[in-house]
Amino acid sequence: MTTNTTKNQKAATDGGGDVRLAGIGKTYGSFTAVHPLDLTVPEGSFFALLGASGCGKTTTLRMIAGLEEPSSGTVHLGDQDVTALPPYKRPVNTVFQSYALFPHLDIYENVAFGLRRRGIKSVKKQVGEMLDLVQLGEQARKKPHQLSGGQQQRVAVARALINHPKVLLLDEPLGALDLKLRRQMQLELKRIQTEVGITFVHVTHDQEEAMTMADQVAVMNAGRVEQLGAPADLYENPRTTFVANFLGTSNLIEAEVDTRGGEDVVVKAAGDKLVLPGARCSAPAKAGGKVLVGVRPEKISLTHADDAGSIPEGRNRITGTISNTSFIGVSTQYVVDCAACPEFEVYAQNIDRDPRLAPGAEVVLHWNPAHTFGLDAAQDIDAGVAEGEAA
Amino acid sequence: MAFVTSFKNWFKRNLVVIAGLLTLAYLLLPNVIVTVFSFNKPNGRFNYEWQQFSTDAWKDPCGVAGLCGSLSLSLQIALWATLGATALGTAIAFALVRYRFRARGAINSLIFLPMAMPEVVMAASLLTLFLNMGAQLGFWTILIAHIMFCLSFVVTAVKARVMSMDPRLEQAAQDLYAGPFQTFVRVTLPIAAPGIAAGALLAFALSFDDFIITNFNAGSTVTFPMFVWGSAQRGTPVQINVIGTAMFVIAVLFVLASMVIGNRRNRRKA
Repeated sequence: MTTNTTKNQKAATDGGGDVRLAGIGKTYGSFTAVHPLDLTVPEGSFFALLGASGCGKTTTLRMIAGLEEPSSGTVHLGDQDVTALPPYKRPVNTVFQSYALFPHLDIYENVAFGLRRRGIKSVKKQVGEMLDLVQLGEQARKKPHQLSGGQQQRVAVARALINHPKVLLLDEPLGALDLKLRRQMQLELKRIQTEVGITFVHVTHDQEEAMTMADQVAVMNAGRVEQLGAPADLYENPRTTFVANFLGTSNLIEAEVDTRGGEDVVVKAAGDKLVLPGARCSAPAKAGGKVLVGVRPEKISLTHADDAGSIPEGRNRITGTISNTSFIGVSTQYVVDCAACPEFEVYAQNIDRDPRLAPGAEVVLHWNPAHTFGLDAAQDIDAGVAEGEAA
Repeated sequence: MAFVTSFKNWFKRNLVVIAGLLTLAYLLLPNVIVTVFSFNKPNGRFNYEWQQFSTDAWKDPCGVAGLCGSLSLSLQIALWATLGATALGTAIAFALVRYRFRARGAINSLIFLPMAMPEVVMAASLLTLFLNMGAQLGFWTILIAHIMFCLSFVVTAVKARVMSMDPRLEQAAQDLYAGPFQTFVRVTLPIAAPGIAAGALLAFALSFDDFIITNFNAGSTVTFPMFVWGSAQRGTPVQINVIGTAMFVIAVLFVLASMVIGNRRNRRKA
């Protein structure tokens, strides 16, 4: 009882604090699920742990919740070291994958569960408000199995949020929903997070979901954090091939550094000269060294070879042959066979469609050198491709 | 000719119904006989031939010496055996599903032994055990024997339920500030309850009408099944049919009541 009251006071008075993971790692026998990692989730932010299944993201989340004991390192919530606390003594709540609603309790009692366990007697007002927040006031007396997937998901969120945790952990909360509902719930969750201002840590394998919802994304791969940053920053400036391929699609070209003059690096790839800003090259670019040159498919313009003269000076150019096109409404996706890269992907908006751009056509691909990034060539060029497709 | 074809068609259409009714009759006929003969007024000691309608036996169910005593003893033993076997069996089932320990596989199969072994063999070996230990045969030896053979049924019923339980439910309870005890009482137990109830009902039924094992280990104590068997040698009092019919009616009423409650609950939800 004493622990309960102290916890209530903590939850009520001390709302603040970042989540700090220091050297936290998890091994099962000889298998390392999470390599020791440091991570700070700023207070009040919407933070996403993104990665393919088995990358250690859920284990990391469960270590914050206390459901998994770390093999090394510590978990801090604000100033409090919670590493040794069992889950029922941590001011943290979880929205479980497939929700884990109590089947024998109705919606009202599911939502009231946390309050009642902390010895709070009058729960009616709070439960009512919380059910209104997630728009389920009418369903209070139904059992979980009588609700749709989207409604169950909202109950799971309400059941966790009503406790005003310092951190709300979401373990693939939208995985079981169909695409349309998932989009709707993404906005809904974002709205709730803005409204309550609680730190959300969201685990997902869906890169679009992570980018839409989160302020900060940590991309995880094989038990390590590959890169951490704001969604746009991760997308524009991936530092590893895994991030480049897992977040959206990247065209990666193996190239050799020609010269490094001023702010730009000039590289040669299969006879074409390409320019990229030195600031966007995370690889050590010495003359004669290898780099991977990357560019996103939507940054590229496609011009038929007959009109090559009309392309402005100063743009990166590569020539090739269209091997495949697919029309998907707002845009058309082209696959171009180039000497430097056999499957160069280009997404072009369907503003004015050039009817000559059909499979077999000779084309020039050109883009602004500022949109080019450089990666260390000493890594797998296809890392993250399969994971990105599976997700 | 036309009549034969139309009968054939009718028969084809209603084949399932006819088969169902025949099966039902097969199941219920013995109970009907028991009930009918509970209103009989036999000439002599044997209640095997219909003589005339009478409610004498119903008015005086305890009119035969020893009958109601044996019935009450059987009910007591069944109750305690159910409690003991359910408590132990539930604990065993949880241990077998939740924990990895040495000889877990062996125990998993050993638990089924009492179900597989011929009852008469088990009865004889239990008697040997009790005699060697110098135990006095009676209420306690019967109870120990009953708990023993009811255990495996309870374990089987509860295990199935616990295995299908999502372990995340208990994690969710812990995440929502329920300590280990609260988690067990508020989440684990209520969800496992249908399995535990099924196991308990089975245990009660098995214990109540067990004859072979009880007969070996009862000493001079007489349970209801033993009383029925004993009196069948000397003549069957109508009261036995009365008790049988009453038990059948009570069981049916229980089933009906649970159905009504279930329906009402469903209607309220919808």
